[in-house]
Amino acid sequence: MLIDRRLGIFLAGLFVLVVVVPAGNLWLAGQPVPTYLVALIGKYLCYALLAVALDLVWGFCGILSLGHGAFFALGGYAMGMYLMREIGDRGVYANPTLPDFMVFIGWKQLPWYWWGFDHFWFAASMVLLVPGALAFVFGWFTFRSRVAGVYLSIITQAMTYALMLAFFRNEMGFGGNNGLTDFKDVLGYDLGGGGTKVGLMVLSAVALAAGLLLARAITVSRLGKVLVCLRDAESRTRFLGYRVEHYKLFIFTVSAMMAGVAGALYVPQVGIINPSEFSPANSIEIVIWVALGGRGTLVGAALGAILVALAKTLLTGWLPEVWLFALGAMFVLVTIGLPTGVLGALEGGLARTRRAPEPAEREA
Amino acid sequence: MSAPHPIGGLPTEALPQLYLDGVSRAFDGFKAINNLSLVIDKGELRAVIGPNGAGKTTMMDIITGKTRPDTGQVLWEQSVDLTKLDEADTARLGIGRKFQKPTVFESHTVEDNLALALKADRSPWATLFHRTTAAETARIDELLGLIRLGNLRDWMAGSLSHGQKQWLEIGMLLAQDPQLLLIDEPAAGMTDAETMWTADLLKSIAGERSVIVVEHDMEFVRALDCKVTVLHQGSVLAEGRLETVSAMPEVIEVYLGR
Repeated sequence: MLIDRRLGIFLAGLFVLVVVVPAGNLWLAGQPVPTYLVALIGKYLCYALLAVALDLVWGFCGILSLGHGAFFALGGYAMGMYLMREIGDRGVYANPTLPDFMVFIGWKQLPWYWWGFDHFWFAASMVLLVPGALAFVFGWFTFRSRVAGVYLSIITQAMTYALMLAFFRNEMGFGGNNGLTDFKDVLGYDLGGGGTKVGLMVLSAVALAAGLLLARAITVSRLGKVLVCLRDAESRTRFLGYRVEHYKLFIFTVSAMMAGVAGALYVPQVGIINPSEFSPANSIEIVIWVALGGRGTLVGAALGAILVALAKTLLTGWLPEVWLFALGAMFVLVTIGLPTGVLGALEGGLARTRRAPEPAEREA
Repeated sequence: MSAPHPIGGLPTEALPQLYLDGVSRAFDGFKAINNLSLVIDKGELRAVIGPNGAGKTTMMDIITGKTRPDTGQVLWEQSVDLTKLDEADTARLGIGRKFQKPTVFESHTVEDNLALALKADRSPWATLFHRTTAAETARIDELLGLIRLGNLRDWMAGSLSHGQKQWLEIGMLLAQDPQLLLIDEPAAGMTDAETMWTADLLKSIAGERSVIVVEHDMEFVRALDCKVTVLHQGSVLAEGRLETVSAMPEVIEVYLGR
């Protein structure tokens, strides 16, 4: 079944969010939902989509990618490049074609890889194509050589680290360590306006719902079952005649594109993209989200991302110096205490309370 | 169905299903397989015995394309060179393999295990858009009956007993509709009754398909009632009926006498 109970509940929750938040921000008197909160929720939803993307490869196919932040960041950069071109001559240097940082380092013309990014459709297709192509090429070489397990994780980590170092360089033409920022508007809508923020948040919710549905459709198909086979018994799957590397390549590429979309929606909402998004720690945090929420459940991954991001926002506000310890402790405690993640524990708890009034059944 | 060929000699009438000639493979100087030659006829049931380290598993690895031989010829139906193929290729060609340790997909149901093994297009695209057909369901029902798991079709394979997993794996092999089945120690860990029933099952499979069984259990090999190949140090030591080979002094020395 495509929409099971847990996905149904989660989608219903998203729908409520999409109704309540815009109403509370734009239409209700006294603005019970402040604009900063709208942007914050939008950001969480992007993280949730990123977590679903990772769960697709890790939870269902056993590929522990420690570099998924790279695909997210690349999607973000593609969107950021479009937003930079949208600034036009409203930058500090008022150059109609060159972004400020290029004028600053003395470039005279737009490098070829920035061509086309003044068109939204071009940038939008790059959001999918660039992470997808990187994942395809990376996967082609690693899966074909049967690199798996810890070695694969290390290589993905190295990939995102190498990209971080590259994007830090000014000569790369992506704004060096400052990244891309000072965005003005998207498709003509002012990014500072409350309406745009609500629009982006709603779009993120829709993207998360679509991502969950797509991931669910894939995992309930026969292809999804093959993925679980190769997660649990790769060699057996080969001897059944399945070309394991093709399956891994497919899911890895789909997942990277999904992560790219999450990054593209994230950037206009936070207003900046810089190389720190490629940092290995970011990618590891995604793994924590998924593990904490419940690996291999999709909805759990989304839930985990939202819970951890929420905890991060609250804790960095109250006690900034303990946040990392709290994250670490959370991860250790959940791994030991809730092996099936928060979602598993929730569902287990529900099942127990429902059964509790029938002691006879338990004794039987 | 091919007629039983004369014991001991090379087949004269039927096309060989599988033909290994002068195959050698060394690992770090140790010759796991040393000038091994073996011919399996279409529809033949063959038992392969030999002490630990005789090269039985490496032989299966070579036939299925998991390991490449250093020298020698491995031919499928006298035409296809198996040394050029990998595991997925040989599986698609019609070679099914069952491992010593039963490996079924534990987090799938018994039915799904069989469904995933059914002969069908194995490309990601085909599996993504696959819809179960009535013919597939009928075939699964048939297999479930054959391996006696009809009442457990919705069980997770992980919750089956050891013997049931062995049967499920044999069922998965049959679902692939292979021409040749390679079966590694199917009776390991089975009760006597299960062992005898498994021997009957394999005998009923042979004829339509070729079957190679690697086994340690002499009772089981006797129950298979077929030609036996004795491997020793990577090559064939003796070949013939169990009574014949078990009487040979060299066989007694390396294997049976211990």
